[in-house]
Amino acid sequence: MSDAAAHHTSTGLDNRKLAFWAFIGSECLLFGSLISTYLVYEGRSVSGPTTGEILDIPLTTISTFDLLMSSLAMVLALAAVARGDKVWARVWLATTAGLGLIFLGFQVYEFSEFVHHGLKLQTNLFGSTFFTLTGFHGGHVLVGVIWLLTLLLRSFQGKLGPDKALQVELAGLYWHFVDVVWIVIFTVVYLIQ
Amino acid sequence: MATAAAAVEVPQAPSGVWSWITTTDHKRIGILYGVTAFFFFLVGGLEALIIRAQLGSPDNTLVSAETYNQLFTMHGTTMVFLAIMPLSAAFFNFIIPLQIGARDVAFPRLNAFSYWVFLLGGLFMNASFFIGAAPNGGWFGYANLTSLQYSPGLNIDFWVLGLQILGIASIAAGVNFLITLVNMRAPGMTMMRLPVFSWMALITQFLIVTAFPVITVALVFLMFDRTFGTTFFNVAAGGNVLLWQHLFWLFGHPEVYILILPPMGMVSDIIPTFSRKPLFGYAVVVYSGLLIAILGWGVWAHHMFSVGMGPIADAVFSSTTMLIAIPTGVKIFNWIATMWGGRVRLETPMLFAVGFIAMFILGGLSGVMHSSAAADLQQTDTYFVIAHIHYVLYGGAIQGIFAGIYYWWPKVTGWKLNEGLGKAHFWISLVGMNIAFFPMHAIGLLGMPRRIYTYDTALGVDQMNMVSTIGAFIVGLSALVFLVNVWYSRRTATPAGANPWGAPTLEWSMSSPPPVYNFAVLPEVNSRVPLWSGMEPMPETPPEPIHVPDGSYWPLVAALGIVILATGALLKGLFITLGGAAVLVVGIYAWAFEPFEV
Repeated sequence: MSDAAAHHTSTGLDNRKLAFWAFIGSECLLFGSLISTYLVYEGRSVSGPTTGEILDIPLTTISTFDLLMSSLAMVLALAAVARGDKVWARVWLATTAGLGLIFLGFQVYEFSEFVHHGLKLQTNLFGSTFFTLTGFHGGHVLVGVIWLLTLLLRSFQGKLGPDKALQVELAGLYWHFVDVVWIVIFTVVYLIQ
Repeated sequence: MATAAAAVEVPQAPSGVWSWITTTDHKRIGILYGVTAFFFFLVGGLEALIIRAQLGSPDNTLVSAETYNQLFTMHGTTMVFLAIMPLSAAFFNFIIPLQIGARDVAFPRLNAFSYWVFLLGGLFMNASFFIGAAPNGGWFGYANLTSLQYSPGLNIDFWVLGLQILGIASIAAGVNFLITLVNMRAPGMTMMRLPVFSWMALITQFLIVTAFPVITVALVFLMFDRTFGTTFFNVAAGGNVLLWQHLFWLFGHPEVYILILPPMGMVSDIIPTFSRKPLFGYAVVVYSGLLIAILGWGVWAHHMFSVGMGPIADAVFSSTTMLIAIPTGVKIFNWIATMWGGRVRLETPMLFAVGFIAMFILGGLSGVMHSSAAADLQQTDTYFVIAHIHYVLYGGAIQGIFAGIYYWWPKVTGWKLNEGLGKAHFWISLVGMNIAFFPMHAIGLLGMPRRIYTYDTALGVDQMNMVSTIGAFIVGLSALVFLVNVWYSRRTATPAGANPWGAPTLEWSMSSPPPVYNFAVLPEVNSRVPLWSGMEPMPETPPEPIHVPDGSYWPLVAALGIVILATGALLKGLFITLGGAAVLVVGIYAWAFEPFEV
């Protein structure tokens, strides 16, 4: 189905867009459960290391800024695709994916530093909840990066015209959602200890 | 005009096994769901009969304690996740698009994917029997009974991974039907003209989409504890086993409404048809359903009164639980008021619907008893709770589903089930369930705990247990009568016609079984009861060409990938896991990029 000739719907919204919002609603409950568990268990580890001893706020501030900027690039990518600007569509899609990859790089570095300092998944409650929560988020970022790279490839194949803007919009919805979740995680885990 | 109509090519349903494997037609997927779920229903029933045979006499040795643990765990898990939920899904699939005037669901391939994931997930879970390691931690798998220390075998791993797989199927189907109901309605089919079954289905999807992520997280924690040695439920490391109970019941109580709301919707469509009256208080029934869903999110801890949450939590959850009885009671009065003064015909679907109301009231009453924390402390983990849940889920959900099966059968197949055998089925089932489940109230109050494979004769419950066992086998007999009915009615099949019951809703406007494109012309709806307010009959052949989507096998490939991945996780085999992931990725990409026009 070409996006331009979308079927008539009861609300006038495209089915895929509506479905994606429903999926995001579902994801809210997923991350809500993970974050609640983190909060319930905060400060209940019987052995170290925990939050204050190990979290590197300046470093994570940089990666948070990086992820926020990727949302800006995502918005610009969608605008470029919608107006049929192939060059800038590719530039901004690549930028978004690149910033996502940099964020993942920060996370890999952070995880390995923690392991180096004696905090593993099994070490204590903080390790279990922290790695599970941020790991799930990182997994979502990875899926987003693969999705964006796929769109980039489609663009190089000449299959990402303005009639396919909805596909970029959906990827954008996902990307912004994952970004918003990170803002909550950064606030709850790093800033409020 | 006549030549123009003859020139239109009428799409025909393809035939052959391959056409079923690749089907994206909601009607076929509905039939696949129905047959598969009914098979699992029989499996779960067989497990129940073995359980009852074991409990027929004191100190029985028919099965060992270990086998018994596997039987009651799989009975509960099967009935909830592999029988009642997918039986409802069969109706969602077949009926919703027909009721709202759509040619298919919003995402036909996602729909096929949901079915294949459900089927393979059910087989995965039951495969555990063949290596003697079926799940044995109870259907709500309390921590830390399920930790590696106390359950070292593969049993719990089968359960965790099986439920994760089934959760994927449920969420995918939930999103699909949600969008179908919101966005695919025919012109004039406003929300407040939706048939009540479709309304209750919509509310159910909302609950599925929001509740399943919570159990997903709980299962992830359990899986990580067992596989990677995390400390979520490890008390020595500061973990709290109550976290599991909260997360499980946060999912588990909405799940109860996921099980009962669809049958409530079926009954709300059946009673008006057989009373020749529109539903009494349509809007109130709809809003009651919504209220049940909202309140259903605020009652979970009434499953946990015995853990000692303190007076404030107990009081709050007692009150919310009592509150939820109000919208439920409102619905019951609306059904009764619909029959009041109507021309009631007691044919089989109506018998099951009335039986549903009566038995659900009994189950509801013992449910309100549980809302008192003080009383619940006496009843929890006894057979009293077993009596309650079986009145609600057999007397309620299963009877409601059978009402739906008898009611929509002629639409699905084109022929009716036999009335005489149907009535025999109903009465044997009703009498059997009361003999089986009513004594359990007393057995429980006298102190017999659930989930114990045997009991001492000094408890004084020998005779009542024997009665209950006899009742269970009568229920089993009623299922056989139903199967005989299917076989017999098929042999003597006479065409039922488009609308054999004189029903008012859209699904009865086209021929039975419906053509592959459902509606020859998309209907214009101007009433809640279109067929009772002078809707034009559907033309025999479509006046304009109708596009019917081709099939696809990529949803099946993606589903296979998920199950291979789960098998790898079960056997801790890295290469199997990676292989499964690769199949999944190939399936998703091929699915996304294949040409497919809906």
